[in-house]
Amino acid sequence: MIFDVEKIRQDFPILSRKVYDHPLAYFDNGATTQKPRQVIETVRKYYEEENSSIHRGIHYLSEHSTGIYEKARETARGFINAASTNEIIFTSGATGSINTIAFSFGEKFISKGDEVILSEMEHHANIVPWQMMCKRKGAKIKVIPFNEKGELILEEYEKLLSTKTRIVAVTHISNTLGTINPVREIIRRAHAMNVPVLIDGAQAVQHESVDVQELDADFYVFSGHKVYAPNGIGVLYGKEALLYDMPPYQGGGDMIDCVTFEKTTYNELPFKFEAGTMNYIGAAGLASALDYISGVGIDSIREYEHSLLEYATMKLMSVPGLQIYGSAPEKISILSFLMEGIHPYDAGMVLDKLGIAIRTGTHCNQPVMDHFKITGTLRASLAFYNTTREIDRLYDGLLRVLKMFG
Amino acid sequence: MKTYKIQEDIIAEFEVFDDWLDKYNYLIDLSSDLPAFDSKFKTNEYLINGCQSKVWLKADLEAGKIIFSADSDAIITKGIVSLLIRVLSGHEPKEIMDADLAFIDRIGLRENLSPTRSNGLLAMVKQMKLYALAYQTRLEKEAGR
Repeated sequence: MIFDVEKIRQDFPILSRKVYDHPLAYFDNGATTQKPRQVIETVRKYYEEENSSIHRGIHYLSEHSTGIYEKARETARGFINAASTNEIIFTSGATGSINTIAFSFGEKFISKGDEVILSEMEHHANIVPWQMMCKRKGAKIKVIPFNEKGELILEEYEKLLSTKTRIVAVTHISNTLGTINPVREIIRRAHAMNVPVLIDGAQAVQHESVDVQELDADFYVFSGHKVYAPNGIGVLYGKEALLYDMPPYQGGGDMIDCVTFEKTTYNELPFKFEAGTMNYIGAAGLASALDYISGVGIDSIREYEHSLLEYATMKLMSVPGLQIYGSAPEKISILSFLMEGIHPYDAGMVLDKLGIAIRTGTHCNQPVMDHFKITGTLRASLAFYNTTREIDRLYDGLLRVLKMFG
Repeated sequence: MKTYKIQEDIIAEFEVFDDWLDKYNYLIDLSSDLPAFDSKFKTNEYLINGCQSKVWLKADLEAGKIIFSADSDAIITKGIVSLLIRVLSGHEPKEIMDADLAFIDRIGLRENLSPTRSNGLLAMVKQMKLYALAYQTRLEKEAGR
C-alpha cells in the first residue's frame, strides 16, 4: 500500500492553519504531537454523550463510562502486547509513570548502598525521580555513557552492572539524538544479573512497533500526548509479579479495598496504582489514537518517517556550517543540529516567523548538551504527517537564517 | 518623562517594517550598536538567567544617573537589550522605576515578554528596575544622613 501523506494530513485539522501568514510546518513532534479528528471526535462525543465517573455508580452512564475505560486498557495492552490488562496502569504520562515506579519500586526494593543504572541520554524525567528516590534511600546512580555518534557504550554498561544494581532505567529512543537503543540486549544483560529494567518509551511507541513480552521489559512507560492522544494520559506497563509486590504510590479513592482509620487494604491490580478519579476521557482518547495508528500501520509509519529522516538529513547537511548531533545508524526522525556561530535561539525565532515550529534549547536533556559541550541545539522532530515539501521550507528557512546571522 | 520620548522614537522607527524578518534585521543592526561589554563582567554575578539565551547586565551610578551596560550570546536578544538600554540608561533611578515600557507592546515584542519565551527579556526589565530601586534606596539613605 502506498503511504498517502496528503490523505493523512486531512485527518489533522491543525495542520491546515496558518502561522504569521505562512502555512504551519510543525516539526516539534518530540515535544507533543497533533491530534487526528478521530481522537478529537472521541473526546467531544464523550463529553456530550457519555460523561460519568468510572468505577463508582451503578447507573447507566457510570457503567458505560467504566466500560469505555476498561476497553481502553485492553487497547493499550494490545498495542504493546502486554500479557494482561492487570499490567496496564493508566497515569498522567511517562513522567507520572516513572515517578510511580521510582517511588514504589524504590520503597520495596532499594536500600542504602544500592545502585540504579541510567544512561547519559536520559530525559530529565528519567533522571530526577531516581535522584529523589536515591536521596531518600541512600542509593547511588550510575550512568552508561554514549559515544560520539550518540550510541550507548555497552561495554561500559557491562562494567556498571553488579550485585549492587537494583534496577536499570534507560530510554528506548533518545529525544534529542534520535538513537534507537538496543534495549533487548540491555534487558538481556540485566536479566543475567537478575536485575529488572525500565524502558522509557516516550519517544518510541509512535515510531516503532513495541512488544513488551518480546523485549522482556519489566517496566515500559509512554505518554499519550506524544502518540497523537490527548494530554494528561499515559501508560505504565509492569510485569504483574513486580507490580503485585510493590506498594501503592498515591492513596485515595479507587485504589483501596477497605478503609478504616486503623488500617486500609488495597485494591487489586491494576487499580492499586490508580488513585482518585482517573483521566478516563484521556484514556478513551488514547485508545482512539492507538487505534488510529494501528489503522495506518506502525510499519508504514516507520518506513515513511525513515524516508523523511533520510531526506531531511541530506538537505540539512547541505546547509553550510550545519552540524547534526546524533548520527547512530539506528535512529528515528529526530534531527538535533547547530549552525556554526549562530545561536539556536536566533535561528528558532526567525524560523518561527516563517511558520516553522521547531524546538530550541536543551530539550530536557542537559547531560547530552554537556557531553557535546554545547548549551543547546535546534531540534526538528518529524512525524508521519510531515512532508518533504515542509522539509524544503525548513531548508529555505535555514538559508535565510544563514543570510541574516552568518 | 524622558523615557517616554525615546520610546516614541523607537515606535516610529519600527513602524516602517511590516515584515517580521525586517524587524529582526533591524534588531540585528541595533545589536552591533551596543557598546562593547567588558568580558570580565561576564560572570554569574551579572548573568540574568533566561534559560535559552544568556544576558549579562551591569548598572553603575554616575552623577545620580544609572548607566546600564549589557550583552547577550544571542543576537536578537542583544538587539532587544540595546533598545531597553536606549530607553532606560542615563536616567535617574526614580524615573527608571516608574517607566512604563509601552514600546515593547507597540513594536510587537510583547510575546518576548512572556515567561515561557525564556529569552530573559522579562527578567531583564525586572532586573533593571531592581537596580533602580536599590540605587534609589541608597540615594535616599545618603540624603537623609
